[in-house]
Amino acid sequence: MKRSTRTLFGSAILLLTAILTACGGTAGGTSGGKLDIAFLPKAINNPYFDSAAGGAKKAADELKGTFKQVGPSQANAADQVPFIQTLTQQQVSAIVVSANDPNALAPALKQAQSKGIKVVSYDSDVAHDARSIFVNQASTEDIGRTEVQVLGAQLNYTGEIAILSAASTATNQNAWIDYMKQELSLPKYSNMKLVKVAYGNDDDQTSYNQTQALVQAYPNLKGIISPTTVGIAAAARYLEANGLSGKIALTGLGTPNGLRKYVKDGTIKQFELWDVGHLGYLAYYAAAALVQGKITGKEGDTFTAGTLGSYTVGKDGEVLLGKPTVFDSANIDQFNF
Amino acid sequence: MKIVRSALRRLDIWDILLVALLIAILVMGSIQTPYFLNATSFSLMFSNFSEKSIMILAMMLIIIVGEIDLSVASILGLSSAILGFLFAAGWPLWLAMLAALISGGLAGLFNGLLVTRVGLPSLVVTLGTLALFRGAAYIVLGDRGISNYPDAFTQFGYGTIPGTLIPWTFLVFAALTAIIALVLHGSWVGRQLYAIGNNREAARFAGIPVARIKLLLFVVSGLVAALAGIIFTARFSSSRADNAVGFELDVITVVLLGGVNIFGGRGTLLGVLLALCTVGALRSALGLADYPDQVQSIIVGILLIASTLGPNLVRRVQDAILRRRVAPEQTLLQRSTP
Amino acid sequence: MDTETTVNTHVTSKASSRGLARMVARVGQIRELGLLAVLGVVVAFVGVQEPRFLALSNIEQILQSIAIIAIVAVGETLVILSRNVDLSVGSIVGLSAFASADLLKGNPSLNLWLVFFFGCLLGAVLGAINGVLISYAGIPSIVVTLGTLNIYRGIDFAIAQGSQVNAYDVPESFLSIAANRILGIPLLIGVAAVIAIVASYLLRFSRQGRQVYAIGSNPDAAEIIGIRKARIVFSTFLLSGLLSGLAGVLWASRFALVDSHAASGLELLVIAAVVVGGVNINGGTGSILGAMLGTIILGTIQSGLEILRFSPFWLQAIYGAAILIAVTLDAVITRRVGRLLTERRLR
Repeated sequence: MKRSTRTLFGSAILLLTAILTACGGTAGGTSGGKLDIAFLPKAINNPYFDSAAGGAKKAADELKGTFKQVGPSQANAADQVPFIQTLTQQQVSAIVVSANDPNALAPALKQAQSKGIKVVSYDSDVAHDARSIFVNQASTEDIGRTEVQVLGAQLNYTGEIAILSAASTATNQNAWIDYMKQELSLPKYSNMKLVKVAYGNDDDQTSYNQTQALVQAYPNLKGIISPTTVGIAAAARYLEANGLSGKIALTGLGTPNGLRKYVKDGTIKQFELWDVGHLGYLAYYAAAALVQGKITGKEGDTFTAGTLGSYTVGKDGEVLLGKPTVFDSANIDQFNF
Repeated sequence: MKIVRSALRRLDIWDILLVALLIAILVMGSIQTPYFLNATSFSLMFSNFSEKSIMILAMMLIIIVGEIDLSVASILGLSSAILGFLFAAGWPLWLAMLAALISGGLAGLFNGLLVTRVGLPSLVVTLGTLALFRGAAYIVLGDRGISNYPDAFTQFGYGTIPGTLIPWTFLVFAALTAIIALVLHGSWVGRQLYAIGNNREAARFAGIPVARIKLLLFVVSGLVAALAGIIFTARFSSSRADNAVGFELDVITVVLLGGVNIFGGRGTLLGVLLALCTVGALRSALGLADYPDQVQSIIVGILLIASTLGPNLVRRVQDAILRRRVAPEQTLLQRSTP
Repeated sequence: MDTETTVNTHVTSKASSRGLARMVARVGQIRELGLLAVLGVVVAFVGVQEPRFLALSNIEQILQSIAIIAIVAVGETLVILSRNVDLSVGSIVGLSAFASADLLKGNPSLNLWLVFFFGCLLGAVLGAINGVLISYAGIPSIVVTLGTLNIYRGIDFAIAQGSQVNAYDVPESFLSIAANRILGIPLLIGVAAVIAIVASYLLRFSRQGRQVYAIGSNPDAAEIIGIRKARIVFSTFLLSGLLSGLAGVLWASRFALVDSHAASGLELLVIAAVVVGGVNINGGTGSILGAMLGTIILGTIQSGLEILRFSPFWLQAIYGAAILIAVTLDAVITRRVGRLLTERRLR
């Protein structure tokens, strides 16, 4: 009996202290004009985001600001939230984020904004009211439609095709897939049929297994579009290892370094991507312009992004990096990222 | 002599070690980073544990009776998926929440029946339902993500009580803690739980309805997991089939870290709460000091092993000391028992 | 319920009546025959609807994709038979996969045998750490391996630092290992089969093998009759680590791209396979053959669902149901046979 009262008492005290500490004052103070900018990618162990970080670092050096990159080890929205909170507490001047889910991050980002922290999204957007600017790699419509056009030309506009995407909730991938479907509904694609959208979760083994499942389930499959760097690399490896190079066409978004081998052996004829380093560079400059009060993120604002020149904020706070590069065996050796 | 022995035994070494560790973390954390030791930080620290903290309470009860529930994170995902599915289908939110809770209770009942009626080990049953319930969540929601929940709902998950920094979800946790404190340490039910964990057969002979209590605990665990699912949905304003994948390991880790014996029969609420504070403070301090995730998981892993190793060693030392003191009165037979 | 079976085996060994012993042996056979029947039903069901499923190339694909799990499952079976559990296997596979691929990335000219040796050694060391903590420090295996699951994965993340090893970082000869064939059999399948056969033989016919069963049936009794429990349990964890280390190198070779969360969550898949294969989670009963059949059944179900174009969203639920059905049937059959045995003994 004594023991139980003691424990009860102890628990009560513990709870009380927690409540009291939670009630005591608030942390105050916002950072001044210093550039302390943090990048929060979908996941940290992804070469794509490492390339972007390289560009951001360069921008930080030019502007004499600081740069750091934090993030979860697996691409998952719930895991991104604690990082936003930590950055908020650290009072960084801006958070540059690529969202795994547009809505799940919104409350935390809004809280950061209310503490005076600027929020920029890059690569994959968040809910519009949770950020000031979205630095878009290329027009969403452009990417979606050209993927289908490239594959269509390779297949003479006939045959079954499939899409191998990243997470089923990824904002950018889903937007591209929507435009792919729109493009496919045009009359010239009437002989092409999208049989399946598979999700590899930006995880190598999952993407590999999903490719295997696609090939087994759809023996007449003629082409795969994978609008994610992880997915296309895994799909290429599966096709090559199983002697399907040339039998099933593959295109999508990938890094030249990751796919060089497969372009040279013919598994992939063409794929595209923007200059990822430039994306990070531009995102850093956009965040810096916000922090320094040069722009607010409304339509028509203009700012200069170092060597890339001048950019104008478009509708919904969107800033467009430019046209993606199409890589093939002729030009791939000119790129190293 | 008897007094010396009982005094040494009463001292819950691990609880004291946890307090020391917690203080050390608080001190180290405040040295490492200026953002650590303030109210906002504590508020967020709890907020991040909103779901896990209540699942930990239910898991503690289950482990004390000598069972385990690996399926809690999947029940969380399933209830979140059902909530999202029904809400998207136009149900009023409160009704969808009720349905989510009921589904959690039923999931727990399913676990409990397989364990108590069919007599299967809970480790295997809940390993199976870990996959089954998660799969059911995928069947319900597929690759859809339901968001656009009303602001008031999101506010419950993410916001704090106006004028304070106390997260709304803390109230849920505090209420559950109070109930469990009363049940476990202040009532005869608590003693029955420990009795079952210590010796199931003896407990049954003593007239304790072992099967019924276990069944009830699995239902409670399911209900609490569903409640955690609602909180998770509110906090992230999103229902997805893969919500909270892998949470079960964190939950079990904290319970064991709190000194609860994996084979049942031993463990206190105080210890578990201390472990929760320690892990929360540790994660927050390391995160703010920009240490990556991996350092945190290594430290938590080491602590987990230490939580059993430490008391084991201490007990051996205690026994050695006692034996030396009591040696003259002790018989050979006593000494030979380990 | 496990106590019932334990008591039964105990009783029979005591009675040493031939008929009864044969009955017990038959229980084991019934279980494996049952698994074969389930496998047959699955294959027939899918094969009728989609004949491509029965093509040799497809069967080979299935076996190839489960070979790595099968190797880990052999080690896990040993551990579970001795009434323990190893939750750290996924982390060991991941760490070994990354470390060996990274080693090869740094020294591309390294002899490939050395890489395999390195992976196995690494796995053995990690397994030995588990074993020491369990056998000699007296910590329950579930606690130790839950801890090392976190620790080993954390070390993996720490050395990877967010980097990954890509197909172009390692020599082609390493990547082709998993695809190699010996006597027409893909190497991966061959290795798994040899390991399973050897382990099965040792478990059944060596003294230490029988002791594993004895410990799992009744740890205290085993110690009283002079079995060195600590040493045997330690060995099972050492072997489980070693096999996981080997599986890690094969993983790196098969998937070519390795990052720090390779094979995460593998432990649940492996334990599920072992349990479906009729190995009692409380130790003492079960066989390697059963565990292998369990692995094959789960792999076949997965492939079957894919080829029948089931939504991938159904896969996990069916997996879970398979586990539950398998253990429930097992419990019911064991109880029936147990009752039958007791009746005979009374007569």
